[in-house]
Amino acid sequence: MLEVALRHRFGEQGFDLDIAFTAPGTGVTAIFGPSGCGKSTILAAIAGLLRPQSGRVALGGLALLDTERRVFLPPEDRRCAVVFQDARLFPHLSVETNLRYGLRRAPAVAAGPGFEEVVALLGIGHLLARRPGKLSGGERQRVALGRALLARPRLLLMDEPLAALDAARRAEVLPFLARLRDAAAIPILYVTHALDEVDALADRLVLMAAGRVLAEGAVEELSARTDLPLASRRDAGALIACRVVAHDRERGLTRLEFDGGSFLVPLREAPPGSQARIRLRARDVAVATEPPRGISTQNVLPANLVAIEAVTGSQEAFLQLAIGPTLLLARVTRDSVARLGLAPGMALWAVIKAVTFDHAGLRPAGDRPRHDAMEAP
Amino acid sequence: MGWLSLEEWQAVRLSLDVATRSVLLSLVPAVAIAWLLARGRFPGRMLLDALVHLPLVVPPVVIGWGLLMLFGIRGPIGEPLYEWFGIRLVFTTGGAALATAVMSFPLIVRAVRLGLENVDPGLEAAAATLGAGRLDRFVTVTLPLMSPGILAGAVTAFAAGLGEFGAVITFVSNIPGQTQTLPLAIYNATQVPGGEAMAARLALVSFTLAISGLLLAEVIARRMHLALGRG
Repeated sequence: MLEVALRHRFGEQGFDLDIAFTAPGTGVTAIFGPSGCGKSTILAAIAGLLRPQSGRVALGGLALLDTERRVFLPPEDRRCAVVFQDARLFPHLSVETNLRYGLRRAPAVAAGPGFEEVVALLGIGHLLARRPGKLSGGERQRVALGRALLARPRLLLMDEPLAALDAARRAEVLPFLARLRDAAAIPILYVTHALDEVDALADRLVLMAAGRVLAEGAVEELSARTDLPLASRRDAGALIACRVVAHDRERGLTRLEFDGGSFLVPLREAPPGSQARIRLRARDVAVATEPPRGISTQNVLPANLVAIEAVTGSQEAFLQLAIGPTLLLARVTRDSVARLGLAPGMALWAVIKAVTFDHAGLRPAGDRPRHDAMEAP
Repeated sequence: MGWLSLEEWQAVRLSLDVATRSVLLSLVPAVAIAWLLARGRFPGRMLLDALVHLPLVVPPVVIGWGLLMLFGIRGPIGEPLYEWFGIRLVFTTGGAALATAVMSFPLIVRAVRLGLENVDPGLEAAAATLGAGRLDRFVTVTLPLMSPGILAGAVTAFAAGLGEFGAVITFVSNIPGQTQTLPLAIYNATQVPGGEAMAARLALVSFTLAISGLLLAEVIARRMHLALGRG
């Protein structure tokens, strides 16, 4: 487990950083927030590249930093590898020598995937003899991922690894990130301001704004809350972990099962059993007080109205709907709330068009089981 | 070498010898000082900077005189050096190399510092997170990346060292075969009647050496930048 508590003040006109959070021993914890909220500073302090005014960082019980007890391990002794936004490959060394840089310096007892394995995982075998200057942005970032993983770190820190890439390059690297996440048996701290990266990669979320932690928890849990800045985004909505159950090729539909129910979505090319994670936008969910008939919508699910939250600064409201243990968000007008006489505790029908799921990202096919399922009982 | 007399040839060889020794002498301290100036955060950094640049602004004769005071047989450094190790710098080739090294020191420090400032500290940080300690990072990342600057400094200092006059003649005098380098031999030739042809020949040699040194530096620097992936 990673425990972080930091306080740091930047200069005269700078901002205060005052945060604390924990991250579990495996899986991806995303630190999400707008630019300049202090995300990267946290990473630098954990890596040992910045000495905060006060704080404590402990990894698996070992203190890397403890200002109270005057502990400050230098970065080379922390074994926290970093993937930087700008790759930072050594320009005078070949790709292979870059990859082996950390591996050669890793303790002999440190376990981790081998050189050949990582090269195959990231598809960089054909680049080994080249110099970093001759690589594309996406290739450079893949090599940087491999170099960090091969250092056999106890913690992998990623500082907006996709932010410097254009859309095509991001789409190229993202699946490799997912594969690396599945191959690495160590915690990953992933700093980003892109929500789709959180959806695709993160298990836990630390939500930040202006140097403070607003909330931390499972990504699904925070996505279903209406009191966080996440809710004011256009793409606000619940993130739901699903499993592909079956395909109905004749009707052109795939059934996705989640905890408490299932969705019908347009046919997907993911094999049954694979994990999928979908962000169901609140604006795409409608409600009815009785089961609608003669309607094209494929998904009409019984749901319980848990809460109604007015959306500040608009004539709309969020409805929090429970389907079994899973929470959905629906965004409707205040007029609809009044017209239908909605009140918490009411039994409703959630109405979700199948085609809505077209925009929702799926975790790459052939995914590993979820981390919570992997952990020993 | 038919068109150079034995005496002239001796001056050319001595100049090359002195310049080489001066570069070897100043290279390591220059890298250390450049690092302190570029990366160090300590009181007196400005003072050190000024001190290093002194030979550029003070008349060379004054530098030579200063060396004579410090390293002379009765000087505060020269006396123990002679008493304990039997090393005498005044009136020797070694002394000429020292005077040349002091004079070209600012040139080499400037070039090395420029090279160092071109090194992205982010790369050193990356090396640290991959487990490389201070010295390891310096040797495997910083040094190779600043090598074009070191090379440029060495070649420039070498070319300039071939022509050092004032400090050399003041510190170690003008002894053929010992301290009479090219410029000193040229100066001598201009002082004797009928020495114009010798002066002209030596001037041509000196000019050729300096130009080829600079061209060589340029060629090597380009190759190194290519090798470092800076195309």
